[in-house]
Amino acid sequence: MNPASITRLDLVLAAPELFVLAATCVVLLVDLFLTERTRWLTFVLSLLTLAGASWLTTVTGFSERTVGWHGTYVADPLSSLLKIVAYGAVAVAFLYGHGYLQVRRILKGEYYVLGLFALLGIMVLVSANSLVTLYLGVELLALSLYALVAFNRESGIAAEAAIKYFVLGSIASGALLYGMSIIYGVTGSLELGVISNAALQMPAGQIGLLFGLAFIVVGVAFKFGAVPFHTWVPDVYHGAPTPVTLFLAAAPKLGSFALAFRLLAEGLGAVHATGWQDMITMVAVLSIIVGNVVAIAQTNIKRMLAYSTISHVGFILLGILAGTSQGYSAALYYTITYVIMSVGGFGMVILLSRKGFEADSLEDFKGLNARNPWFAAVMLMLMFSMAGVPPFVGFWAKLAVIQAVLNVGSLWLAIVAVALSVVGAYYYLRVVKLMYFDEPTDEAALQGGGGAMRIVLSLNGLAVLALGLYPGLLLELCARVIP
Amino acid sequence: MIVNVLFYVFGAILVLAALGVITARNPVHCALFLVAAFLNSAVIWLLLQAEFLALTLVVVYVGAVMVLWLFVVMMLDVDVEKLRQGFTRYAPLGALIALIVVAQIGLVVYVRKLGLDDTAAAVVNRPAGGSNTLELGHLLYTQYLYPFEIAAVILLVAIVAAITLTMRDRPGQKVQDIGKQVAVNAKNRVRIVKMDAEARQ
Repeated sequence: MNPASITRLDLVLAAPELFVLAATCVVLLVDLFLTERTRWLTFVLSLLTLAGASWLTTVTGFSERTVGWHGTYVADPLSSLLKIVAYGAVAVAFLYGHGYLQVRRILKGEYYVLGLFALLGIMVLVSANSLVTLYLGVELLALSLYALVAFNRESGIAAEAAIKYFVLGSIASGALLYGMSIIYGVTGSLELGVISNAALQMPAGQIGLLFGLAFIVVGVAFKFGAVPFHTWVPDVYHGAPTPVTLFLAAAPKLGSFALAFRLLAEGLGAVHATGWQDMITMVAVLSIIVGNVVAIAQTNIKRMLAYSTISHVGFILLGILAGTSQGYSAALYYTITYVIMSVGGFGMVILLSRKGFEADSLEDFKGLNARNPWFAAVMLMLMFSMAGVPPFVGFWAKLAVIQAVLNVGSLWLAIVAVALSVVGAYYYLRVVKLMYFDEPTDEAALQGGGGAMRIVLSLNGLAVLALGLYPGLLLELCARVIP
Repeated sequence: MIVNVLFYVFGAILVLAALGVITARNPVHCALFLVAAFLNSAVIWLLLQAEFLALTLVVVYVGAVMVLWLFVVMMLDVDVEKLRQGFTRYAPLGALIALIVVAQIGLVVYVRKLGLDDTAAAVVNRPAGGSNTLELGHLLYTQYLYPFEIAAVILLVAIVAAITLTMRDRPGQKVQDIGKQVAVNAKNRVRIVKMDAEARQ
């Protein structure tokens, strides 16, 4: 067989991507023939796409690291795990968003189509084994997200958010691409494995490598929304329609983790100690400080959760900067638990909203316990988990990251992380105080979301508790998939 | 080393043009500087014997940029009258850019005639008589098939996104409804009014 051709193995490897692409095109075409009343079909087809993709990823899941498509694609346990979590996050986002968009009459098929394309971008990112694939994955994800943010065309604030996101995102993509081109020039290859070997051969502090690396770190930090490249996060989270914010806050973070892991650990692991560790340390510490401190001043819950995201990203980066297997698996664990908590948090905002009313102010959570004790309890679990209170899962995630940092001998980083967690606990607990100890200003029953959403949101809250009571399940899985 | 000299000359002009793109006040000038920058990059690619890429850059980017330029004029409400008034003021700039472009083309043709582009050949190591287009096509459809397909998906997303963001029903929007236009018949269009005959005056 011609060595240059595409083999059967290649097609099997990329089966989930091929399936999602084909199914998305089907959804796109079917949606054209639907009216507003029959649009539920798009929703169902999108969920079926995600179910099919999960099935394919499970059956074709590779326990060994397998490289295909001439070194541009990699399938390993890490990519399978990240993909399955991403399907779940996207499915939950679709489910939570459906009712919200429907009552506001902005339920368009494009929400699902662009969401699925964004998912495809995440899948490409997590399975990328070359700089080209990584960059294209980033762009596919980002383009879909820009359009999703501007999705509600009547909203001026959404358009403003989309423009800010687009302009800043383009600059970051440019920086990332520039860094990649320098790395390509220095190492002579686009393939991450070859780059890694070439970097190992080079003397420490090779200036070309560091030059390219600096731009790559900028690109990665921007995609994560880490300080000082965080300015877009609060505005975009605030301006986008809540279902889009929910989408944006969850699955793309898995892609960002994959981008950081593939580029920094797999590609440029050789310049960890002499190169990116210090850069990421600075970004991580600043993110934890700025995220936690500025969140205190927020009165809008979407902005508060945006700053909370920034601080969580700081913790994820803490795990990555350790540079050990333990650190990477802690960062992966943190990312997955963050995704679970974040979909729950924004799901609550959707649940409290109703037609003509956005529950995006902290005041709207006042006296939630009197209005609906169960969902107040769900929010309580989510907030405690984000604050890192045991026995919820957020505690174990913070613990894992801090352990990883301590094991590489950075005591001061651990102290900063713990101290700022305490600061952060203030604004999470404030939400709890508002729900339980304040009088409700709004007596109306909760209207956002149907029965299915309520069940899944309840399960979402319970998952935070269950994963916290049995932390071993996910922790071991994360440790196993990181080589 | 004339190729090196050419590289530095075109590289310098490229940088200057790029600076012009970001410093020029008038969006039209920015677009023109961008055209100059693209043409210079194309020339540098020609020095590397990447003729296909160089031509594509000119055809696609310069062509697309001219369209972009038109969009700038139409959408940013650039005062065309005012531009016309200052034509003599801007003419030297236009002439300068035209001169630079012509000089660049001339220089490359001159170099080719002298057969002095051996250094560039040493950089790329291309077999004699090889076709740039063929090689690229071969690579794109074998080694880079996966990224190539993703790039195609990105273009699809761009189309979907653009249509999502621009197609909208506003109240009072003036659009043609093709279905209604086709379904129309004479009765809807012509109303025959019976009137009593008027007596001649």
